Amino acid sequence: MADADETSKQAERNTNVGDGIAVKKQDIARAKNEGKELTKDEKQRLRKEKKQQKKNKKDDKGESEHENVPLPPSQAVVQCQSQKAPSVAPSLALTPVSVCTSEKPAKSKAEQRAERRARQEADRAAKGKKGESAQQPPSGKSKAPPNELQPVVKRLPEHVQVDDPAAVRKLAKKLERQQIPVRSEYGYKVSLFSHLHQYSRKAPLTQQISIPSTVIHPYIVRLGLQYSQGIVAGSNARSIALLHAFQKVIQDYKTPPNEELSRDLVNKLKPYISYLNQCRPLSASMGNAIKYVKKEISNIPCLCKEEEAKKQLLSCIDNYIKEKITLAATTISAYAIEKISNGDVILVYGCSSLVNHILCDAFDKKRKFSVIVVDSRPRLEGREALRRLVKKGICCTYVLISAVSYILPEVSKVFLGAHALLANGYVMSRVGTSQIALVAKAYNVPVLVCCETYKFCERVQTDSFVSNELDDPDDLMVTRKGKIHLENWQDIRQLGLLNLVYDVTPPDFVDLVITDLGMIPCTSVPVVLRVKNVDQ
Amino acid sequence: MELQAVLMAAGGGSRMMELTYNTHKPLLPVGNKPLIWYPLNLLERVGFEEVIIITTKDVQKMLTPDRLKLDGKMKLDVVCIQLEGEMGTADALRHVQQKIKTDVLVLSCDLITDVALHEVVDLFRAHNASMAMLMSKLHEFTETVPGQKGKKKAGEQRDFVGVDATGQRLLFMANEADLEDGLTIRKSIMCKHPSMRIRTGLLDAHLYCLKRCVVDFLVENKNISSIRGELIPYLVRKQFSKSVNLPNNKDEVEMSQKMEGQTNLEILGSCKDEELLRLTQERSCWNDHHGDMSEAYHGGKVRCYVHIMEDGVCYRVNTLAAYIEANRMAPKLIEDPPIHPSAVISECTQVGADSIIGASCQISDKTSIKRSTVGASSTVREKVKITNSILMNGVTVEEGCNIQGSVICSNAVIGRNADIKYCLVGSSQRIEPDARHLDSNLSINDSALGSLKMSRDWPA
Repeated sequence: MADADETSKQAERNTNVGDGIAVKKQDIARAKNEGKELTKDEKQRLRKEKKQQKKNKKDDKGESEHENVPLPPSQAVVQCQSQKAPSVAPSLALTPVSVCTSEKPAKSKAEQRAERRARQEADRAAKGKKGESAQQPPSGKSKAPPNELQPVVKRLPEHVQVDDPAAVRKLAKKLERQQIPVRSEYGYKVSLFSHLHQYSRKAPLTQQISIPSTVIHPYIVRLGLQYSQGIVAGSNARSIALLHAFQKVIQDYKTPPNEELSRDLVNKLKPYISYLNQCRPLSASMGNAIKYVKKEISNIPCLCKEEEAKKQLLSCIDNYIKEKITLAATTISAYAIEKISNGDVILVYGCSSLVNHILCDAFDKKRKFSVIVVDSRPRLEGREALRRLVKKGICCTYVLISAVSYILPEVSKVFLGAHALLANGYVMSRVGTSQIALVAKAYNVPVLVCCETYKFCERVQTDSFVSNELDDPDDLMVTRKGKIHLENWQDIRQLGLLNLVYDVTPPDFVDLVITDLGMIPCTSVPVVLRVKNVDQ
Repeated sequence: MELQAVLMAAGGGSRMMELTYNTHKPLLPVGNKPLIWYPLNLLERVGFEEVIIITTKDVQKMLTPDRLKLDGKMKLDVVCIQLEGEMGTADALRHVQQKIKTDVLVLSCDLITDVALHEVVDLFRAHNASMAMLMSKLHEFTETVPGQKGKKKAGEQRDFVGVDATGQRLLFMANEADLEDGLTIRKSIMCKHPSMRIRTGLLDAHLYCLKRCVVDFLVENKNISSIRGELIPYLVRKQFSKSVNLPNNKDEVEMSQKMEGQTNLEILGSCKDEELLRLTQERSCWNDHHGDMSEAYHGGKVRCYVHIMEDGVCYRVNTLAAYIEANRMAPKLIEDPPIHPSAVISECTQVGADSIIGASCQISDKTSIKRSTVGASSTVREKVKITNSILMNGVTVEEGCNIQGSVICSNAVIGRNADIKYCLVGSSQRIEPDARHLDSNLSINDSALGSLKMSRDWPA
């Protein structure tokens, strides 16, 4: 992620510190003045320069103050995963917000450390796939000191590198090792999203595995099929189904001789997780659930007997579901009911199990409100939300998303569900949510997002391009009066169908996030994550 | 373990006695491979490693791997049953109930198909169905059936199959024979599925995926003896019957079991239904139908699905016409070269591209073989013309014969200069030289056939 580039840039800067800082400054000035497009290398160099300067200031305190060139925020680019679109993101928050005291760098200490870091970086670069800048210095001799402030290097996840043949090959090799078949891409991909997978629902992965599946546990095969066909959809449902399947796997598991349950079971789960990932990319909630299960498994003491260990694991999973999903839902609806007053007109989008739960609870507690359900193609999930609310007895109106600006003047609150909450406060949810939040903001209608804490993830995203999911493009075909529109879309070379699943909503449009820890503003998500990590 | 395969091979072939009175149906050669090879090959291709074959003692002796020419390492577990009692397919399944530990895939030995089996099994898996089956569009047989003397056999009674709008959920199934007053559809079905397509031109492939609890249910209910005839219609009807108020705790379950003589299928099935599955379905925003207020699957626990093959090969070789048609289609399904390497064919013969010559055949000069199948170890002398015919193993054809549109069973001898058109020559029969036969059945006579009628329940 951004951190990887960061450390490389730090090393860069530190080595070049003696070389000609003046030259680099000139470069910056030139770029600013001329304003022409820099090459990729140059941009990287410049970035590294700035970070190196900042780092040096932080390192050597007590030196004389030295005014550095003020760094315009536009240049301090924090590169997101794709190097194609270096979006100018205002997330300076991620650069180690060092003390901005301008200090003259003490060259000797800095240079030593720089060399060590440079060597570390060179090693990492040798392993890494992306071509690092050509200015990677030759490796020094000293080892890199363990620096607690240095963030962990994160590799780019493979699911956003589909257009990089090296990454695809690596994935294919990994799957082959795990004996999982590779799912083939389908159809022409719109160029902006060609780095994501696009599969067809008519070509399930089960075509390529043997029918009484021996490599993959039958429950996992069934689960993967249900994911790819959309029978289990929705963040909570997918997590519960996943944990249920894991319970079955654990029940059927037998420790092979000379192996330990705590290590072998985790290895057993890895191919299953790859398989499920092939069927449908994992959601953030599923990722957190998997992390929890793996942690629990590796915490099993070695002397524990197999039966006991299994029982313990099964009860851990049950507890997780009870705490993080069921009880969380109860808590969230208790908080949310305070925000629902009599006479409210509440707008909901799509089918969020949590929001439905809240509304049904509020209705049970005799609040008087009415609901407007907004729906969008191609999934038309709002119909299911509508059915559940009407069955309960709530007064509902149903509109399509194109009518949102028409009905918003009548709305008093907007309740949205979330697929995940990202570390920089952005809300990742069904595509269309950010539109609703935007229009609501324009009409000054409060937007409340309801999300359990187990959906918080440490990823950072500021746009919907970088990491998303492409659904089957054939879903966009619609049959009206016996005629299937877009039937032969594949024959038209210039036509691409795009069926996005998720989008991100900036925290400026979200007024409140209701979680099981309470009602927090969107920007407090990193705090929650930090507290959670400390707890665990 | 996910699925176990059970192959029903004890049927007598009662609808083609002319062929089966001497050779058992599973061993009838189609494209020079025994009939049972085709379903076994299908299972093997898909990845099954073990099959349970239910058959008679005589057939069991012949089912050695080299006889069957199976390439792979599939393990065959052959179970014998006696044929004296009228044992139906469901009875046979009950017989092997001890061996069945998971869900089961039942198929019949006379199925020749190239279906992508994952389509059927995926329906079974994805919807957690009680039963998933395979059906195919019925193909009209175009070849003239020999030995019929031009009379058209009375049309088989049609099957009425009702599927829902998606074409996958099975709503209604009945045979014309059972519908005396007309087709009645219950109102509850129409309420739940207002759009239903009723199809009549479908062939039931007799390939069923059944859940484990259905097998347990069979064990409890001994009065069901045929899978196709009784179990499947029962399951289809059960989808829509008024569901019993499912008891919540175990005591009530046992009490209600004692009260009813017949163990309820739902109780057996739903005890296994778990809390988490219910929670998943509750939280998932998917529904299989839209427009009414009920949840997915209308809350029904029993679900039956069908996969209808629109194109592709699917035959059930249970009549003479089907047998002939299957022989025509066989070259497309087999990867082996049509002409066996050990066959001795002299240079002046004409063997058409769509003919199959078996092992160790001897074809002499000046013969012409078109669109035909010649079985293993057959001898064909000079100046013979064979068109559109099927010769089984060990047949001897003397010089100058002309065989057209006929079926010659194993070890028959056709005398010189005989002219056989559209005939069926029985096993080990001798045709005199210079005989002229047109459209006749030259096997043992019908009265003898009648005494050999076997169990009628078998997929025959």
